[in-house]
Amino acid sequence: MMRLGRYIAFLFLLAAPYALSASNNGASFDAAKTIFDHLKDSYEWHITTIGDKHITISLPVILYSEREGWAVFSSEVFHHSDTHRGFSIAKEGDAEGKIVEYDTNGNFVRPLLDISITKNVLAIFLNSLLLVVIVLCTARWYKSRNCSDAAPRGFVGAMEMLVTMIVDDVIKPNLGGNSARFTPYLLTVFFYILLSNLMGLLPVFPGGANVTGNIAVTLGLSLCTFVAVNLFGNREYWKEILWPDVPVWLKVPMPLMPFIELIGIVVKPFALTVRLFANIFAGHTALLVFVCLIFITMAVNKYLGGAMTVISVMFSVFMNFLELLVAFIQAFVFTMLSAVFIGLAHPQHHGSEGLK
Amino acid sequence: MSILLPDAGLLFWLLVAFGIVFFVLAKYGFPAITTMIDERKRFIDDSLQNAKEANARLANIKAESEAILQAAREEQAKILRDAAATREQLIKEAREKAEIEGNKMLAETKRLIEQEKEEALQEIRNSVAELSLSIAEKVLRNELSTDKAQQAYTNKLVDEAVAKRGEK
Repeated sequence: MMRLGRYIAFLFLLAAPYALSASNNGASFDAAKTIFDHLKDSYEWHITTIGDKHITISLPVILYSEREGWAVFSSEVFHHSDTHRGFSIAKEGDAEGKIVEYDTNGNFVRPLLDISITKNVLAIFLNSLLLVVIVLCTARWYKSRNCSDAAPRGFVGAMEMLVTMIVDDVIKPNLGGNSARFTPYLLTVFFYILLSNLMGLLPVFPGGANVTGNIAVTLGLSLCTFVAVNLFGNREYWKEILWPDVPVWLKVPMPLMPFIELIGIVVKPFALTVRLFANIFAGHTALLVFVCLIFITMAVNKYLGGAMTVISVMFSVFMNFLELLVAFIQAFVFTMLSAVFIGLAHPQHHGSEGLK
Repeated sequence: MSILLPDAGLLFWLLVAFGIVFFVLAKYGFPAITTMIDERKRFIDDSLQNAKEANARLANIKAESEAILQAAREEQAKILRDAAATREQLIKEAREKAEIEGNKMLAETKRLIEQEKEEALQEIRNSVAELSLSIAEKVLRNELSTDKAQQAYTNKLVDEAVAKRGEK
């Protein structure tokens, strides 16, 4: 405990000059903007600022517009001028922070297609690469061994523990006989989300992007589950939806029950999307708020700011631990619900235990 | 609220990246791991089963060896007993034989001694008889050298014979 206390005190000493410099120009500090800029996607990856020097990774912008056709250029151009080939980054409005262009009427519109490699896309690529490397390395360990060899230790052992947990506690109870077919997908989803969540908690470059706290990402993952549920659902499942076992007047003149069931199909992935997004987004927001509190209170009073620094850092540490837990829980919940939904799409007999 | 609106470009790239990751991991990653885990689980189950059987067999073997040991010990005791009996028997027989032989020899010796004694006695008797005869002859010759003496002796013999008769 003594050592931990000394460590925290040392951190405060390190933070003090920055806190003081912040208090000098703190009058112009806008907490909400800072927080949202950190949470939102962007066309460049701003790593840190040392003095006046911004350390930024410029990323490629890939656009297709009616006016220009395909346009590919580095986001660095926006450092020099606001407009490049008629494209600029919107400063307000619905598309704030996104690239827009003037249409023929002189209004700002989004290009037809914007598949730029943004900060989140790069983070997705890095996370994907990391995940592939991790899992293939783990798999190589297994390929080079026999089933009679000793069980793995260290990192591979931890991976095996996670895999076993997901397979035995989530996949097999929900999918039964179909588990072999969906195990690779569900394991991929679990590790993908877990790794993205954990990488999001790292404060520096390869991590720190708010990947799973972005609704497009969670929507994409839910769409995969949606496809897995509905593409492989059996006849019984579709019968349950289109001709459920309810009194006839509930489905003949007005297809009331089928309508409700169809809504259910859409609501399931929607619930997945929002749950993961909201949890990670909220966690990142909370962490950023604690940091911003330091700057806000510093602008008011140095002593208040100093006291707030202590409290904020302690809460940040606490939140980081909590977010570690959330990172795991949300990955687990997403996988578990995916497994449940896929399991529900494979009812064995009408009214069997699989249907609750 | 741009935060709640999914961005199409990001969605596109996510689906591409996730699709590739899923393809690679589903083909080369997770099956290898899950197959191995299943195999190891089966191997452990089998090993446990085998160990249980081996234990049972071991217990059996122990009982068997115990029985064999017991039998051997009994056999040993029996052999020892037999050997002791045989030894006794042999000693007894030898002793009896020796006794008989000894007795026989003793009897023979006795007989020989008796015979020798008899012979010696006979010889002595003969010699005594001869000697007494010669002595008697010499005495008679000496005493009966005169007629008077012969007469006197004849008388004496007649007297003796008469006395003997009278006694009867």
